[in-house]
Amino acid sequence: MAITTAPGITRTPGRPASPYPSGPRRPGLGRRVRDNLTGHAFLIGAVACFAFFSWYPMIRGVVMSFQRTRRGVTTWVGWDNYERILADPSFWAAWKNTFSFTFLALLLGYAVPFFVAIVLNEFRHAKGYLRILVYLPVMLPPASALFLFKFYAYDPSDAGLFNSILTALHLPTSQWMQSAEMTMPAMVIASTWMNMGGAVLIYLAALQNIPGELYEAAELDGAGIWRRIRHVTIPQTRLILALLAMLQIVATMQFFVEPLILANGTGTEDSATSVAYLIYQHGFFQNDLNGAAALGVIMLVVLAGFSAAYLRLSARQD
Amino acid sequence: MSVPQYRRAAALALAAGLGLGLTACSTKSDDGGTTAAGKVTITVDCQPVGSQQELLKNWNDDVAEFQRQNPDIVVKSVSVGEQCNNPPDFTARLAGGTVTDVFYGYMTDLQQVLDSGQAMDLTGFVTKDTVPTWDSVDPALKEAFSDGGKLYAVPVKNYSMGLVYNKVLFQRAGLDVNNPPKTWPEVRAAAKKIAALGDGIAGYAEYSAGNTGGWHFTSLLYSQGGQVLTPDGKKADFNNALGRQVLQNLKDMRYGDNSMGARQLLQWGDLLTNAGAGKVGMFVGAPDATQAIVSQFQGTFQDWAMGPLPGQDGPAKGTLGGGEGYFFKKGLTPEQVEAGLKWIAYQKLTPGKGQFDYVRAKPQNYPVGLPQPLLFAGGSEAQKQELELRKANANVDTANFAVFEANPVPIKGEPRNAQAIYAVLDAAMSGVLTNPNANIDALLKTAEEKVNKLLAAQS
Repeated sequence: MAITTAPGITRTPGRPASPYPSGPRRPGLGRRVRDNLTGHAFLIGAVACFAFFSWYPMIRGVVMSFQRTRRGVTTWVGWDNYERILADPSFWAAWKNTFSFTFLALLLGYAVPFFVAIVLNEFRHAKGYLRILVYLPVMLPPASALFLFKFYAYDPSDAGLFNSILTALHLPTSQWMQSAEMTMPAMVIASTWMNMGGAVLIYLAALQNIPGELYEAAELDGAGIWRRIRHVTIPQTRLILALLAMLQIVATMQFFVEPLILANGTGTEDSATSVAYLIYQHGFFQNDLNGAAALGVIMLVVLAGFSAAYLRLSARQD
Repeated sequence: MSVPQYRRAAALALAAGLGLGLTACSTKSDDGGTTAAGKVTITVDCQPVGSQQELLKNWNDDVAEFQRQNPDIVVKSVSVGEQCNNPPDFTARLAGGTVTDVFYGYMTDLQQVLDSGQAMDLTGFVTKDTVPTWDSVDPALKEAFSDGGKLYAVPVKNYSMGLVYNKVLFQRAGLDVNNPPKTWPEVRAAAKKIAALGDGIAGYAEYSAGNTGGWHFTSLLYSQGGQVLTPDGKKADFNNALGRQVLQNLKDMRYGDNSMGARQLLQWGDLLTNAGAGKVGMFVGAPDATQAIVSQFQGTFQDWAMGPLPGQDGPAKGTLGGGEGYFFKKGLTPEQVEAGLKWIAYQKLTPGKGQFDYVRAKPQNYPVGLPQPLLFAGGSEAQKQELELRKANANVDTANFAVFEANPVPIKGEPRNAQAIYAVLDAAMSGVLTNPNANIDALLKTAEEKVNKLLAAQS
């Protein structure tokens, strides 16, 4: 509803009137900065931090991807670094692994926390304790959590935790990180366990915002638990689900610490090499910072593509 | 001050502080390393970390004594944690331009340091006047740190590799502790007996990750008489019968004999942790591997002995040698270079001082008597002095290294672009150690392609 204050001028309820006299001319930039000095001072700090720690390295990376430094002399080499990176046999293995990890992480890492959140939401008692229990793994430093998996859970000998369980169940044991087939699922399981707590809390918050009347109405209509989830829970949490899916894609495509710690880098025959690890390998093991920059730019473009697609989709949905 | 005013002042102070902070980050000292009092200052890295209390005390004592003898020099020590034995950390510091005035590097780092444009040409500076024992330093080591006839680093350590073995496990397995295996088939037979002891003990352990797999592949290839690159350094030269033999030996031990333990994809600390825990019978290593087992991984010196690197049918045809040295950052003043050389001469290249202060090291948990650091040329004056001191102060049983010393194997240096090539060769090593169906020909072919591409890109 708009309130008429004077002929031709309207304002929305709740929004303060403009401090400037009405008229076609807006005040100059200097005046606007002076009037909001505190805000702008804080802004300068934030912008400086972003510029120095995020934007500058990003731009520098793009520039470096077209350069080569030899004997301290930097020259422009056009697409040479990109050609070299594309010709690296590990390049396609790394992308395949990255997409596999992302896909599995979406299947497992996305669905499991949602399911756990729904279950937790149903509990009447001890909710707080249960939330703490689920959130606890997030408090472990990732390196510690992964070392637990590496040395105890995924120990390939029969003494390993998972192999002991498999043996007790009369099932065949696994080589875990030393098996090309098991590397990817093993990394996803560890990663899901590590990161689940945060996602569960976000889902829980979204679930608790759903008005109880919707469930009551659905129950009155005879809807069982699955129909309530399908017709009430999922539509009501649609936006948060979409957002987390996007964040999950962007985060999992940059997975790095899992191959680094669980597989000591590449795993067996490149089975664990991720794109982020390949960037690290080129930059810090192969003395090829320019190639690493080129690979980083390729990854940036791919992730930007995903983000743009998400924004477009969500804009359409809204 | 009213609340809004206070907030505004705080915000401005914050913004100004950030601005100053960022400016400070991008500002470099430009005092030429000379203080107002006319003292020359140099920064030096690889000061031992706090947890290595005795080593740190020794270092600090050396700095104090050096400064007492040279009152016009100030040595600022920098501890950079893992930088001194971790290629990624080293690369990061080099790329970020944060290396110290005098900085540590492996022999294999020479090309990388030259590419970064940060190495100073030391040719005219290093002489008998600045480094008194310079004429005694092994010429091969000087060559390893030279490029195009110019010297870029001062060598401070050198090693060659052999077969390190656990005497306790040898005895338990009924093997002769004074007669280590001399050929790879003998290694295989001994490994089987040791692994038969059970309890998760690996008869023979090998690296396959973090560049260490490629490093050891190179050593094993040298034992076969092979080479990683062609003599002109432009092509890979391991996709042949000798390279296949290296991988076949490992595959046979891993899957034919099951004598290499269950856990693979090992890198440096992993293998030594297992060795310190008494779970490894044999592995390829340099004499100072035993030092790491003792000082970092809770092992004991008495348990370990060393033989020469085995060959396929007789003595090894070659073994890998490597080492480390100190580079000087480009842009130092001549006074700083001279001060840095004086410090290195004192701490690293003088028998009886610094790293050769065996009298000091003897009562400490630091080994004296290892056939290392092989820094001085055979028969040179410095070598004689160093050997006498070492013998007189030995705190490890030198008999444990007698077989290694009595059977020298020709030392071969590391290939050009060694670290990058080692990273590629890790995959071949991990392939045969983790996949019972690994195709050795395919592994070598893939590695060859990768190395050739890498060399082409570097040329």
